[in-house]
Amino acid sequence: MDVGIISYGAYVPRMRIKSEEIARVWEKEGKKISAGLGITEKAVGAVDEDSATFAVEAARKAVKCSGIDPQKIGAVFVGSESKPYAVKPTATIVAEAVGATPFMTAADFEFACKAGTAAVQACMGMVGSGMIEYGLAIGSDTAQGRPNDPLEYSAGGGAAAYIIGKEKQIAEIEATFSFSTDTPDFWRRQHALFPRHAGRFTADPAYFKHVVEAGKGLLEKIKADPRDYDYAVFHQPNGKFPLRAAKLLGFPEEKVLQGLVTPLIGNTYSAASLLGLASVLDIAKPGERIFVVSYGSGAGSDAFSLTVTEEISRKGARPSVLVKDLISGDKEYIDYAMYAKHRRKLKSL
Amino acid sequence: MNEALPLIWRRIPERYNMLGSKCLNCGTPYFPQRKMCPKCRRKGKIVAEKMPTEGTIYSFTEVHAAPKGFEQETPYFLAMVELSNGVRVLSQVVDSPADKIKIGAPVNMVFRKISEDGEEGVIAYGYKFKVK
Ligand SMILES: [Zn+2]
Repeated sequence: MDVGIISYGAYVPRMRIKSEEIARVWEKEGKKISAGLGITEKAVGAVDEDSATFAVEAARKAVKCSGIDPQKIGAVFVGSESKPYAVKPTATIVAEAVGATPFMTAADFEFACKAGTAAVQACMGMVGSGMIEYGLAIGSDTAQGRPNDPLEYSAGGGAAAYIIGKEKQIAEIEATFSFSTDTPDFWRRQHALFPRHAGRFTADPAYFKHVVEAGKGLLEKIKADPRDYDYAVFHQPNGKFPLRAAKLLGFPEEKVLQGLVTPLIGNTYSAASLLGLASVLDIAKPGERIFVVSYGSGAGSDAFSLTVTEEISRKGARPSVLVKDLISGDKEYIDYAMYAKHRRKLKSL
Repeated sequence: MNEALPLIWRRIPERYNMLGSKCLNCGTPYFPQRKMCPKCRRKGKIVAEKMPTEGTIYSFTEVHAAPKGFEQETPYFLAMVELSNGVRVLSQVVDSPADKIKIGAPVNMVFRKISEDGEEGVIAYGYKFKVK
C-alpha cells in the first residue's frame, strides 16, 4: 500500500504518583501491588490538562518533525476514552491548534485502549486510496480510575500523534491486521464517572485472546516470523501483560523492553501502544523492523508490521525530546491529596 | 468563568496559536491583534502574524487569591512574558518548579485549559507558558 509514518510526537504529563502512595491511602500493601502490576508510578495530568491538551502537545511535535504544511493534513482523528466533551469532537480542537483547519475532515474515535491505532488505520486507508495526502492520528487519554479500584494504580495519562502519508516516510507500514469480537471486559456507561471492568476476565478471553489472534493473523498474512523483527510493542495495561503476550507469540523479552513504557507512567490507554512505538522509533535504525499490537476492551486488537527507512536519519525527523526523557526527565512527585485535587476526584470540586 | 460564548469562539486563533498582527510599513508586531498601527496611522499596513512561541519572564507574581473560576488552581504564577519578538503578554506560568520561575527565565508556549463554564459548559483552551 506504500503508506507509512511521516513523523510522530509524544506527550507525558509532568506529575507522578507512586503506586505505594496510592496503596498507603487505602491501607494496602504497596510494594506487593506495585510488583504484581509491574508499575512503580504513573503520570498524572495537571488541573488544567485533559486529553485534548495532551493531544495538541503531541500533535504539534509531530507536525514540527514532519516539516509539512499543516494545511496539507486532510484528516485529523483522535482516539480517546476520556474525551473532555461527551458530544463535541476533540479532533477539531487539535486541528485548529495545529493549523490544519478548515479544509479537512475530523472525528473522534472510541474503542477503549485501541482507539488510537484505529485512527492510524483510518488514516492509512484514506492516504492509500488517495482521498487525502496526509492524515493525523492521535491516541490520548487522561485515564480514569475509580478511587480504591485496582485500576487506580495503573490508570496513567499521555498522548502520541502520528502523521500518516506516502512521501518521506520514516517507517513504512507494510501491513495491518485486526481481530475484533463483542467481549464486555471493560466499559463505562454514558453518565458514569469511572469505567467498570470484569476483573480477571480481562486477561485470557480478552487481552491475550485478541492480541495473540491479531498478532498471529498478521504474521500469517505477510508470511513473517517473530525472528524477522527487531522490536515488538504491545498494548500495556500493566508491566506484565505485554511480556506474556510476547512469549505467547514467540518474541523474546529483549525485543519488548524498549517499547514498554507503562512501568513508569502507567497505562496511558489509547496512547499506550503508540507511546511504546514512539519509544522504539526514538532509537530504531534504518532497515529495522517493528511489530505492534494494540488492544482495546470491548474488544479488539490491531496489529501492524513496520520497517524503518533511511529518512529517520534526517536531521529533525525525531522529536527533540525523546520518550525516555519524557518519562524520566523533569517530573514532580505528588501525594494522594494533590492527585485528588488535580484529577478532580473530590466531588465537591 | 463569565466569558460569553461568542467571545470564547472569536478568541480561538489568538488563544490557540497566538495569532497577532504586524505592520508591514514599520515592522512592529502586535498581540492581541490590532486593526491599525498606532505608529504609522494611515500609512501602516496591518497583516495577521503568528507570535513566536518562546520568550523570557519579564516579571511575575504568585497568585493566592484568584478571580472567580480560578480558585481551584491557586497558588499559581502569573507572569509578563517577553516573547522573542519583544511583544509582552500576560499569562500563567505552569508546570514549572517554583525555584525556576524567575525574571529572565526562558519559557515556551504550552496548550492548556484556560477556563470552563462549570461541569456542563464550554471549555476555553489556549496558551500558557512553561519554564524550559
Ligand atoms: Zn507601523
